[in-house]
Amino acid sequence: MNRLPSFGRYPPVHQQSGRRVSFHHEAALGTDDSSALPRGNGCSYGDCCLNESGTLLLGRPCNRLLAFDAKSGVLRCEAGTTLEEIIDFALPQGFFLPVTPGTRLVTVGGAIANDVHGKNHHAAGTFGCHVLRFKLWRSDRRPMLCTPQQKDGWFGATVAGLGLTGWVGWVDIQLLRVANPFMVVEEHPFGSLEEFFALSSASDRDFDYTVAWVDCLAPARSRGRGILWRANHAPPLAKGSSGIRWQAAIPWELPFPAVGARRIRAFNALYYHWKRLRPTTRLAHYKGFFYPLDHIAHWNRLYGPRGFLQLQCVLPHGHATFVIHELLERCATQGMGSFLAVLKVFGERASPGWLSFPRPGVTLALDVPHQGSQTIAALRAFYTLIHEAGGAIYPAKDALMTKEQFQAAYPRWAELAARRDPAISSSLWRRVSA
Amino acid sequence: MKRIVIVGATSAIAEATARILAQQDARFFLVARNKERLALVAADLALRSSHEPGTYIMDCSDWTMHQAMLDAALAHLGGLDGLILAYGDLPDQARCQSDMKALRQALETNLLSACTILQLAANHMASQGHGVLVGISSVAGDRGRQSNYVYGAAKAGLAAFLSGLRNQLQAKGVRVVTVKPGFVDSPMTKDLSKNALWAQPEQVGRAIAQAMAGRRGGVVYAPWFWRWIMLVVRAIPEPLFIRLRL
Ligand SMILES: Cc1cc2nc3c(=O)[nH]c(=O)nc-3n(C[C@H](O)[C@H](O)[C@H](O)COP(=O)(O)OP(=O)(O)OC[C@H]3O[C@@H](n4cnc5c(N)ncnc54)[C@H](O)[C@@H]3O)c2cc1C
Ligand SMILES: NC(=O)c1ccc[n+]([C@@H]2O[C@H](COP(=O)([O-])OP(=O)(O)OC[C@H]3O[C@@H](n4cnc5c(N)ncnc54)[C@H](OP(=O)(O)O)[C@@H]3O)[C@@H](O)[C@H]2O)c1
Repeated sequence: MNRLPSFGRYPPVHQQSGRRVSFHHEAALGTDDSSALPRGNGCSYGDCCLNESGTLLLGRPCNRLLAFDAKSGVLRCEAGTTLEEIIDFALPQGFFLPVTPGTRLVTVGGAIANDVHGKNHHAAGTFGCHVLRFKLWRSDRRPMLCTPQQKDGWFGATVAGLGLTGWVGWVDIQLLRVANPFMVVEEHPFGSLEEFFALSSASDRDFDYTVAWVDCLAPARSRGRGILWRANHAPPLAKGSSGIRWQAAIPWELPFPAVGARRIRAFNALYYHWKRLRPTTRLAHYKGFFYPLDHIAHWNRLYGPRGFLQLQCVLPHGHATFVIHELLERCATQGMGSFLAVLKVFGERASPGWLSFPRPGVTLALDVPHQGSQTIAALRAFYTLIHEAGGAIYPAKDALMTKEQFQAAYPRWAELAARRDPAISSSLWRRVSA
Repeated sequence: MKRIVIVGATSAIAEATARILAQQDARFFLVARNKERLALVAADLALRSSHEPGTYIMDCSDWTMHQAMLDAALAHLGGLDGLILAYGDLPDQARCQSDMKALRQALETNLLSACTILQLAANHMASQGHGVLVGISSVAGDRGRQSNYVYGAAKAGLAAFLSGLRNQLQAKGVRVVTVKPGFVDSPMTKDLSKNALWAQPEQVGRAIAQAMAGRRGGVVYAPWFWRWIMLVVRAIPEPLFIRLRL
């Protein structure tokens, strides 16, 4: 079996086997593996989907659609089903995902285990808010039906439970009714973080989706400049251009990183000025709006064999401006080269998940190519800053969080520890729980 | 609209094939031995095809049930346009060398039972004058190797049987497709270590659906490059071949 890396290809894995699970009721937890971990599509950047010296239960073959109510929009599917497979099935019938992350290649199991969020967090909350029930298999008890109404805690432990509470077999999701595949999108450049906050809060009222890109390599005088996109699903009868025109693929890992700091700097400046000249409202296909990166298969390989890291944090409102300024400043002066810096204000809607990452505040995500120990050192310093400001790091994108940082940001971690299936563990869990 | 029987419907390759055919408005009659697994496969295909598939539980080694199974399929579908014979079992070669029951069982599953099902379906299709028969053999049948010759012999026999049927039925308007997959990542091979030659069931499924839609039958290697690999393997002179550790 190949080594089954995570999406960021960092940390590297040395000893890890994979076991194919073809039918969801046959995961056979706790049979012969010393330690197993459910695996979705491996779209997590860091090590929450890795199990060094253990086994991965490869759940992608469990991707059957089991029931659909075309009136209510409730879909039952096996947990290895990807969001793409759900859209392909449901959109022609007038339904879309209630919440989607920036790639549609993730599985429903992965979307639950990290309780993923999207550009509509301020309106719709996390993915877990739209899960009606699921069936959970464990090594130490009979399969359980879990719903948010039950008081036994299994639902809250499993949503954002990092795959540790058991094997999710199938899931009922409440889909969202839409009229067509299109989005009405507006773009607004902003010149500073202050402008961003004003624009964002003005947008959150009338737009279901908001997200901003910020140029973290801008010169000091224009630091914090960027572009905010806000959108709603298009009303009925809108007509637009049809989806993808091109599908590029990067067939193998490049021997050297193609995304260097200088090239990124030039790209960012160009992109910003181009957008500034043309603020627009347009009709966009959902693929272009939600999943710009999915157009390029295996783009992560552009970063070369050392891979890259992503940092995503959420900061409480009081400290956000200061800390984000500081992070952008360090990015610029330390030449860390972030191709994608994404900013969004999270809403108030609480998730049922005990360890859910989204919480009221501001979230920032940065891709950082792995250039050696100086990258790791710089990121660790970022983490310290975030931790001291009372922020939290997103486990789905993390490979570096310390035990103290994790336990402070996720105070219910000990309750999750008590619910962990004794047959399950992960590289991330061993790092942050010991 | 095509009416298709899949024998061994819980196979990963069969399921991948059926999902493609479902988009082409096929209707299914699904045969398998494991009830829970078949229920999952059938539920999925029902949603993808908007027709409720018929299901039938049968251990294919029991040849006395084959005619009853076909009758049930005809009753459910109201006719028969295609049959895919997908089931198979990869036996433990070492065990087959010491346990004659295991050896015979491997031949029973992969060859004998397949022949009776195919012959019965062929008879029906010949009398109606149309249809497509698909049998999944294997590249393992192209040349006997010490590590896998019991399975290889069964798959070789199956390929010869399909070849004969194709020859016989072409005048009757019935097409016969022999599928020879290479290494496929499926439950059957879950304990084998994988490398770059391995394919996913979806790739094989696409090849099968494409061959079924074509106008002629024939032998399909899946993925295609196995045709050339096996050409080389078959060309190795026997005196040299017997020294190889394959
Ligand atoms: C390009 C890109 C953009 C992204 N954008 C966003 C975003 O906008 N918002 C966001 O929230 N995230 C985002 N992510 C992160 C991604 O959504 C999460 O990491 C997600 O969990 C990945 O799902 P997966 O199916 O690949 O699961 P994996 O990465 O394989 O596993 C993730 C976790 O799910 C668990 N798991 C998987 N299947 C099961 C199961 N059947 N039962 C129990 N546990 C299971 C695993 O044990 C593991 O802990 C992005 C990732 C990429 C690559
Ligand atoms: N995988 C490969 O590398 C490979 C290579 C070449 C050829 N093939 C051939 O491709 C075909 C499909 O295999 P696959 O790769 O899809 O593997 P698979 O998913 O393991 O499918 C094998 C199927 O055969 C069924 N089966 C076995 N014995 C049976 C019996 N006595 N009665 C009824 N059903 C029986 C199994 O049923 P259960 O679900 O009940 O076990 C299973 O559905 C097989 O003929 C195989 O020989 C496979």
